[in-house]
Amino acid sequence: MASAVAADPVRPKGALARLLQRKLALFGLVLIVAVVAGAVFAPLIAPYDPNAQHFDGLTLEGAPMPPGGAYPLGTDLLGRDLLSRILYGAQTSLIIGVVANGMALLIGTLVGITAGYFRGIVGAVLMRFTDLMMAFPALLLAICLAAIFTPSLWIVALVIALVNWVQTARVIYTETTSLAERDFIAAEKTLGAGHGRILFRHILPHLVPTIIVWGTLGISTTVLLEATLSYLGVGVQPPTPSWGNIIFENQTYFQAAPWLVFIPGACIVLLALAFNLVGDALRDVLDPTQRGRD
Amino acid sequence: MSAVADRPSGIHKIPDGAPILSVQNLTVSVRTEAGLKPLVRDLSFDLGRGETLAIAGESGSGKSITSLAVMGLLPPPAVRVTGGAIRFGGTDLTRLPEARMRALRGDRIAMIFQEPMTSLNPVMTVGDQLTEAIRAHAPVSRKDARARALEALKAVRLSQPEQRLDQFPHELSGGMRQRVMIAMALALKPEVLIADEPTTALDVTVQREVLDLLRDLQRDLGTAIILITHDMGVVAEMADRVIVMRQGEAVEEAATGDLFARPAMPYTRDLLAAVPRMGAGAARPPVTGEPVARLDDVVVRFPIREGVFSAVRRQVHAVEHVSLQIRRGETFALVGESGCGKSTVARAMVGLVPHQGRIEIAGQPLEGLGRAGLKALRRRIQMVFQDPMAALDPRMTVSDLITEPLVIHRIGTPAEREARAVDLMQKVGLSADQLRRYPHEFSGGQRQRICIARALALKPDLIIADESVSALDVSVQARVLDLLRALQTEFGIAFLFISHDMAVVENISDRVAVMYLGQIVETGTRAQVFGNPQHSYTRRLIEAVPVPDPAHVRPPTVRLAGDVPSPVHKVGDGPARVRLVDVGEGHLVAEG
Repeated sequence: MASAVAADPVRPKGALARLLQRKLALFGLVLIVAVVAGAVFAPLIAPYDPNAQHFDGLTLEGAPMPPGGAYPLGTDLLGRDLLSRILYGAQTSLIIGVVANGMALLIGTLVGITAGYFRGIVGAVLMRFTDLMMAFPALLLAICLAAIFTPSLWIVALVIALVNWVQTARVIYTETTSLAERDFIAAEKTLGAGHGRILFRHILPHLVPTIIVWGTLGISTTVLLEATLSYLGVGVQPPTPSWGNIIFENQTYFQAAPWLVFIPGACIVLLALAFNLVGDALRDVLDPTQRGRD
Repeated sequence: MSAVADRPSGIHKIPDGAPILSVQNLTVSVRTEAGLKPLVRDLSFDLGRGETLAIAGESGSGKSITSLAVMGLLPPPAVRVTGGAIRFGGTDLTRLPEARMRALRGDRIAMIFQEPMTSLNPVMTVGDQLTEAIRAHAPVSRKDARARALEALKAVRLSQPEQRLDQFPHELSGGMRQRVMIAMALALKPEVLIADEPTTALDVTVQREVLDLLRDLQRDLGTAIILITHDMGVVAEMADRVIVMRQGEAVEEAATGDLFARPAMPYTRDLLAAVPRMGAGAARPPVTGEPVARLDDVVVRFPIREGVFSAVRRQVHAVEHVSLQIRRGETFALVGESGCGKSTVARAMVGLVPHQGRIEIAGQPLEGLGRAGLKALRRRIQMVFQDPMAALDPRMTVSDLITEPLVIHRIGTPAEREARAVDLMQKVGLSADQLRRYPHEFSGGQRQRICIARALALKPDLIIADESVSALDVSVQARVLDLLRALQTEFGIAFLFISHDMAVVENISDRVAVMYLGQIVETGTRAQVFGNPQHSYTRRLIEAVPVPDPAHVRPPTVRLAGDVPSPVHKVGDGPARVRLVDVGEGHLVAEG
């Protein structure tokens, strides 16, 4: 069969190679790598300690320094270097955006797929619980959870995951119920396939596009949710920087020092965009029926 | 026809005698990466007033594209007319701006589609949709439009037309919906009606009524009809003239009688030869093996949960007291119209729906089987579904699909499974180097072959073919049927063949059971059921089949009053059970 595989023109390259062929996906990937590198190597490349309040970081009137000069992106209200804070803040925001969001997706997918496939009592209990979570104000829940545990980055990530899975669960549930009715699932059942095989080999791959869309949409919302929590004092504790809390700390001075809001905001937008581009391309590359139509 | 002159389309009445629509050297192309690819090539035809022109062909022949081009509904921007002209009363429709085309559409040229449910707006009442269509073209008041809508519904012989105006599409049956579509198309008395597979989605008896209706309306209104169809039986009964298309080109054009009597081109001859005809099945020796499946008094009911407490007040009686036996090496056909419960019988046999009564597969009762027992049983019985595209996981390669049953049942090593897949591909007439492809890269017939290969992988005793050839083109259908027969001879497999197509069933089955509203109303050998049909429903089914012979004269049939009764009953109140009586040599017929 090896010769047949080699001679087959249908699949000339691996998924990664096909992904890299797309310019937009490549652009997104470069952005993500840049952010990850910035976060990981922040101690090496950051010009200053992110929490150091520089004596010359404020003007004589006590206003923050605009970008340029010794502080490439300017300083914040307390005279701290914005570039350093952005680089260290990337660590926090990446953990929130990727890990917390990933956990939310995982929980949501598992709940949705289980409820959607098995229906009955199991499905009813799971989905009513989901409805309950949806009806409950997310922020209030997050504050409660954060108040029970001592605030730390990982607790914040956990809280965000526990709040954010519900939408995913709803969408995945609906899609699973319609997939489970399809003929090829009935065909699998008549072949004698067990539940695990049907769920993970046949239903899950079809949900990948939806999961990718929700995953990329979730990045910006979770990063901002973290900022909200931090603002309310139950998130990442100051002076640890995160993109979200840089915006929130400085938003009242938006008129006087717009760069303090604009620059971290642009970072969040770019990161979300990068994940969106890669996710979009990934969805097409992973779908065999889409192959050859670009 | 007096309203023609003041119509907003601005095209004047076409003089008598001249062709009403004239297509000249029409070429339609689709833009692809490799440049323009023609879908219809150099097609020319004239349509006379009051004439019925059939455009017949198999899928991919360009017949639907032609009709969309006439309507100016080609999907932009990829597909467009790249050559030729479509003349309608001296105006070239291909050069008409969209606004004027829109005025023309529905008013002078109307179209009805294959699927009446998707062509009607589900959130608008039938009356609103009809009046909207009328008011879009004719400057009449809402009240007058409603009166015309009612008139149109009466014209299509819909029962209780006044009430129908206020009903929503989902409250109507498939046949009633198609009548509403026809009413909508003909309400403005267009000169040309394009009917794209108007009866393909309907049951035979309903198809019969819709075809009769179209013919009567045409006689009364003098509308010219372009009938797009793959069914040569429908062509023979409806058309004055036929154009046979293949791969975008007209193969042959002739008067219907001539085409059927003396097909000039080899392709037309092949196409006509592939059409299943009643009475064409070769006599087969009776099969006397031991039964591989035995159904005894099987009942399937689906509860309908209603109200706040989801109490079961009503049930769908899908299958009622069905008993039958299928012997080794036999083809047993279950026929009936949609909703009669034939597919539910199949689903109960493979354990996809719960049932009451007794089902035995290879001597093993299905009831009370644990998961392991059920899994073991699945090796004995396999199923091939109607739509092969839907039954194959689109994200798996053919190799993965065919070897999957072996993986599930832990048979063989990966290398052995691969070898078996190669073997099976050859058995069903595909080549082994296609194993790495995905289902969407195959044609419909090839996909069904893949499904059959997958069903064969476990060497089952019984294969259930649930409308397995219904979605295929006739020539492909004939080849798949040949394949099934060859496999049956080679492996001694029994088939449960579920179909609504009486001609196909007549051709391939050993024994037949006719189902109506969940019950078997007649069963016996093929010769008994088709040669000497006893039950009135069986007779109606057989008579409704379109005959691919223009010379065939249809005996006058009693028109059915109303629709098939509902299988939904209150709990504790079921349908009357029919009693089967033997009228000789195992030919069982329902009493009354």
